[in-house]
Amino acid sequence: MRYETPTTTKEAATLLHKEKGQAHILAGGTDLLVRMKMGMTEPTLVVDIKHIPAMQAITKSAAGFKIGATVCGAAMTEHAALGKAWPGIVEAANLIGSDQIQGRCTMVGNLCNGSPAADSVPAMIAAGAKAIIVGKDKRRTVAVDKIVTGPGKTSLAKGEVIEAITLPARLPRSGDAYLRFTPRTEMDIAVVSAAVNLTLQRGVVKTARVVLGAVAPTAVIVAKAAKAIIGTKLDDEALEKLAAACSAACNPIDDKRGTIEYRTKVAGVLAKRAAKIAYQRAGGTL
Amino acid sequence: MSEAREFKYIGQSTIRPDGFDKVTGRANYGADLSLPGMIWGKILRSPHAHAMIKRLDTSRAEAFPGVLAVATHSDFPSVTDQAIESGEGSLTLLDLARNVLAKDKVLYHGHAVVAIAAKTSAIAEQALALIDIEYEVLKPVMDVREAMAAGAPILHPDMFTQGLAEKPTTASNVATRLEYKMGDIEAGFKDAEVVVEREFYTPTAHQGYIEPHACTVRYEKDGQSMIWCSTQGHFDVRASTAKLLGLDLGKLKVIASEIGGGFGGKTTVYLEPVALILSRKSGRPVKMIMDRDEVFKATGPGSATRSWVKIGARKDGTITAMQGRLAYEAGAFKGSPVMMGCMTAFTPYAVSNMYIEGFDVVVNKAKVAAYRAPGAPQAEFAVEMLVNELAVKLGRDPIDLRLQNAAKEGTQTIYGPKFKRVGLVECLEAARDSKHYQQALAANQGRGVAAGFWFNVGGQSSVHINMNPDGTGTIVEGSPDIGGSRASMQMMAAEAMGIEPGRLKPIIGDTENVAFSAGTGGSRTTFATGMAVIEAAEDVVAQMKQRAASMWNVTAEQVEWVDGVALNTAGEDRLSLAEICAGADRTGGQISGRGNINARGAGPSFAVHLCDVEVDKETGKVDVVRYTAVQDAGKAIHPKYVEGQYQGGAVQGIGWALNEEYIYGADGLLENAGFLDYRIPVASDLPMIDAIIVEVPNKFHPYGVRGVGESGIIPPLAAVGYAVENAIGVPVTDLPLSPPRVFNLIQGKG
Repeated sequence: MRYETPTTTKEAATLLHKEKGQAHILAGGTDLLVRMKMGMTEPTLVVDIKHIPAMQAITKSAAGFKIGATVCGAAMTEHAALGKAWPGIVEAANLIGSDQIQGRCTMVGNLCNGSPAADSVPAMIAAGAKAIIVGKDKRRTVAVDKIVTGPGKTSLAKGEVIEAITLPARLPRSGDAYLRFTPRTEMDIAVVSAAVNLTLQRGVVKTARVVLGAVAPTAVIVAKAAKAIIGTKLDDEALEKLAAACSAACNPIDDKRGTIEYRTKVAGVLAKRAAKIAYQRAGGTL
Repeated sequence: MSEAREFKYIGQSTIRPDGFDKVTGRANYGADLSLPGMIWGKILRSPHAHAMIKRLDTSRAEAFPGVLAVATHSDFPSVTDQAIESGEGSLTLLDLARNVLAKDKVLYHGHAVVAIAAKTSAIAEQALALIDIEYEVLKPVMDVREAMAAGAPILHPDMFTQGLAEKPTTASNVATRLEYKMGDIEAGFKDAEVVVEREFYTPTAHQGYIEPHACTVRYEKDGQSMIWCSTQGHFDVRASTAKLLGLDLGKLKVIASEIGGGFGGKTTVYLEPVALILSRKSGRPVKMIMDRDEVFKATGPGSATRSWVKIGARKDGTITAMQGRLAYEAGAFKGSPVMMGCMTAFTPYAVSNMYIEGFDVVVNKAKVAAYRAPGAPQAEFAVEMLVNELAVKLGRDPIDLRLQNAAKEGTQTIYGPKFKRVGLVECLEAARDSKHYQQALAANQGRGVAAGFWFNVGGQSSVHINMNPDGTGTIVEGSPDIGGSRASMQMMAAEAMGIEPGRLKPIIGDTENVAFSAGTGGSRTTFATGMAVIEAAEDVVAQMKQRAASMWNVTAEQVEWVDGVALNTAGEDRLSLAEICAGADRTGGQISGRGNINARGAGPSFAVHLCDVEVDKETGKVDVVRYTAVQDAGKAIHPKYVEGQYQGGAVQGIGWALNEEYIYGADGLLENAGFLDYRIPVASDLPMIDAIIVEVPNKFHPYGVRGVGESGIIPPLAAVGYAVENAIGVPVTDLPLSPPRVFNLIQGKG
């Protein structure tokens, strides 16, 4: 196994592109190292991207936030402006693993791992986050919801690396929230999860996005759920419609972590609760 | 003993002697010993739950470069069908040999089949893939109901049910049927005005000790073979391994490493005999370490159970009859703790008419091992759920009803003896009077009360105390320290000798430098080994007095021993312990005391727990919001560690009640062999567990000690279970109360 530590994203992309065997990107390693130890993958090349300056920071501009691919969960927690603008994204990223894991794990890693239960992904999609992708020859920017195509699968081409995630400029009276259901309080994997991002106008929901996790092969954007609350003040009727739309959008599996029926019901419950939190964060009063 | 006795050191919370090593990482655990020339052993495990081994060819693996030994079941000298000592568990030698390396048939997912030792663990791992093995897959039997049904696939064609009136002519998965009775059960129910009955289920649950099994061994043809391992009983490891390999006990030394938890699960052997065979074949020291996946699949969890219990009472609250039928999974080989379930189930109650029968049933799961009060939590879950229901039906407070029927001094137990003094009433009163019990419940909350009984045991313990010329000393005991017992030994010896605890260093001797001691199990160590320590300390004091007497030319009877100082009652002379030790060379040589005993008179410990839960009715999630564990310690030698035992037992029981369970697929394969999906509680899941220590002294121990390690895991299953039932208003019968199950109960689909 070769281990490389490039200092530019392009260099990393070139190394990955050239590799004929099994190549993996190493950021925090909280997924890769576990998979290697379990014998699930035997890389011939590991490209450690932690030495690439372009990936290391959270930056704020008029266009919004840019979060580098190697920024860990704990660094996101410490960034006050990010937490103020996008509390739902930060709380989602902070649910990954334990305190120790938070010092290593990254949102881009969480995204590229391709798990249907990834905590940060529904929150990023609800926020309209985009991924800056660097290849050997070109860069492109793609909406986060276009990255994961199935469990463990992404739309990234061979040699492509995500350099950073961008979040749009935050409009006033906006709020987001993420909730997941797990039997334990931490050290667990979402049985079902829901992210809601919305903007208010005079207490009425003007725009909204509702995204569910762990209920289908990839995170699900539930347009009907968003529609159910747009134009409302989150009255009970709107919330029930939201929940029903979420449950209807579920296409989960039965497994040791939850049944189809359970996931379907709880998806609606979580979406309602997340919507209320987002609404209050946007300045709305319930 | 007098209850008013004052102690100088006992009852303080001193710093544990092993604490610094553990928090600094210096302590050496099972996987921490490496030896020159050492090689690594790995095990090929069954991918099936139930299958015949049709063909097994290890020649390609043996020829693989770097492989130095391969072991299979045929490497065991012919073992005989004899019972062996293995702590609180139960296993015959024949079954033990077949459990550590399968013979002809695999009986559970993860059952060990072949072991390989190679120069590196990576080579051993690669060589495992070169073993040619063909299985004929059989239908697995995964539950006592299936196993007991007519026409069920039979695990052992040579197993016939013991304990039936007529000797059976066909093989069965039921190894044993047993019963206990007292009074006239039919008359008892005739006398009853209110009757409650229900069926219950508890799942397979693992002890979840943090340290996986590990050992390093060295076989020496002519001299001493050696095993270093993580165990609760190194003398039991020696006995089992020596018998399996046909060795004299004197030819095998076992050293107990520091142990990262056991809870009963480290009272038997898995790796040790296999590693010793690999060492014998290769001529090299061998290290073996299980990974977590192996621990879950192939070490002994606690039994899954199905039970039916019926209780009758008069309207005045007098319980007139208690009846039960318990079926316990033994795993792949006979020997579940169903007998202990039968003995403990009704024992918190003074009831004239009792009848209980038990079934020990084999299924295609790992052979169960002891798990903290083995057999009792499952049985008490059923009984205590129903006693709570009975209280509701009678319109009585659940503690008050228990007080009315509580076992006390003189109560006849179903299993034989009449109780000497016991502390159940005192525990119930402490629970009733606690602030917790006075607190009102909020919306969506429920409360459960449950009691639990455990015998506790005594048995053989051996101790010597070697004094040094400067007046310090070493306490050498033979009981591995799982729960802080070295601190207790130090305090008891200090109390008996009248010197500061810090002057005595407690250590666990290996099987050669201390005489036989039974393993740490049955909550016996602080009681029994403590008695041996006190005896050894008193022996030291007697010798001190003699030495002083000889210096003063008086008789030993004329010497008094006060606070570690010899006083001449015939004069003004004083000699401190340190001075006597310093002069020992002139009075007959160095001083050491001995206490080799077979302790009798273990005092039962009753526990009563209170649990408040809050249920999220939209998701079925249960949060424990307040929990109090009350238990009789007899005398708490080290109160903080006693509280720790209560809290630890409660937490394990809460985990068992809420989320812990082995999840199997239809093919009998274990789907959650890891801590991610086998959910023991994490710290943030639980509130602080309040511990209330009740002290009703055990008169058979010099300081009044009762064992405290196990009773605390018995009440939580029903305390949590009934709290949930109380919160959601739907009967609870099956554990764990995981969110989907509670959700279904609320939806009326239980």
